[in-house]
Amino acid sequence: MTQIRLTTPLTEETAEKLRIGQRVAINGVIYTGRDAAHHKLIELLDSGRELPVNLQGQIIYYVGPSPTKPGQIIGSAGPTTSGRMDAYTPRLLVQGLKGMIGKGKRSPEVVSAMKQYKAVYFAAIGGAAAIISKCIKSCRVVAYPELGPEAIHELIVEDLPVIVVNDTLGGDLYEEGSKIYATK
Amino acid sequence: MARLCQEANFQLGEDVLKAFSMAGEKELSLTGKEILKLLAANAEVARSESVPMCQDTGFTVVFIELGQDIHITGGGLEDAVNEGVRRGYREGYLRKSIVGHPLERKNTGDNTPAVIHTRLALGDKLKIIVAPKGGGSENMSAIKMLKPADGVEGVKKFVLETVQAAGPNPCPPIVVGVGIGGTFEKAALLAKEALLREVGVPSPRPDIAALEQELLELINKLGIGPQGLGGSTTALAVHVEIYPAHIASLPVAVNINCHASRHKEAEL
Repeated sequence: MTQIRLTTPLTEETAEKLRIGQRVAINGVIYTGRDAAHHKLIELLDSGRELPVNLQGQIIYYVGPSPTKPGQIIGSAGPTTSGRMDAYTPRLLVQGLKGMIGKGKRSPEVVSAMKQYKAVYFAAIGGAAAIISKCIKSCRVVAYPELGPEAIHELIVEDLPVIVVNDTLGGDLYEEGSKIYATK
Repeated sequence: MARLCQEANFQLGEDVLKAFSMAGEKELSLTGKEILKLLAANAEVARSESVPMCQDTGFTVVFIELGQDIHITGGGLEDAVNEGVRRGYREGYLRKSIVGHPLERKNTGDNTPAVIHTRLALGDKLKIIVAPKGGGSENMSAIKMLKPADGVEGVKKFVLETVQAAGPNPCPPIVVGVGIGGTFEKAALLAKEALLREVGVPSPRPDIAALEQELLELINKLGIGPQGLGGSTTALAVHVEIYPAHIASLPVAVNINCHASRHKEAEL
């Protein structure tokens, strides 16, 4: 199967062309964030303040890496379960977020917000953390260092392999894929 | 203890690797086949570079079989276990994933405390099994107090419902531990213990081995597949443990493990 190479930031046009099941290799800057960082971002939005990173056209990778060993750029860095971020996601899509990388199902609210704001959700391979970290070429904390592995990191990635799970048409690979292989 | 914590996270068992390759041959989805290969390659990188196969290096679940002729001196056994966890996670660059209070949620910073299950045994040996458990798959586990009238059909229905609801979240292909019988907490513990069995080794009881096989086939017909992207390998194995039950009860617990089915043991 062919792989599409994308470089961040993503434009609306790029996001709109993606379809469920496509393999994508992501290049460029992406940001990490999971439960605690999302909570803090929403608190900022609630109080009308500016976010520590401009999310326009950006991708957030749901990951809490293991500690970096001496000589490594980053520890093992596979995706965490995305559903825990569902409550926060639509607000970030309003801010221009165009992509998310994680694993597992999104809520109907998030799927419909992705359709409305033209964003896509990618799955990385859960548990392939040692291999995934090899695609990460640089890593620095850009917000909330006190959160440790949950801090927002800016990563530069090269050909990070992901698969489109939800596209801007409302498609859902988890539902479609399992329908194909389900047997009575 | 420290060594077991690290080995469990760096070295995926041969049983799981063998299950990946067997599943890869049968898997109907091309993407699914590739994912299984990638997971084997990931395990190889983790082993050769001594890095965790998954960033979630788990809640450290420890099973201890303590020979009753042993007298432990020089401090508490549980303190020693926790000290081992502390060292193993610090020195092995393993992620610290434990919060000290479930509601306040401040990280303890050293992955302690472990969850420790101790059982007395005959003799003078001390056996320790370390089974780090990831949060993603643990979150998709479930328990239900069935009615005895629900019988084996009720058990099968509940196991399938739980796996279906889990979908892609627990990082399939999964290993499914099922505990049937006992009390509420016993069923959960049986399900956890079922995950310690070598992947794919059937129960020594023929009736339960047949149930395991049937459940595995039913689960793999759900179509969830590797990573939930569709395919014929949703589970690598189903392990069932049973215990006598109260005349009024039929507890069933389903403990889901991700493909990083990790456990290492040592005997002193």
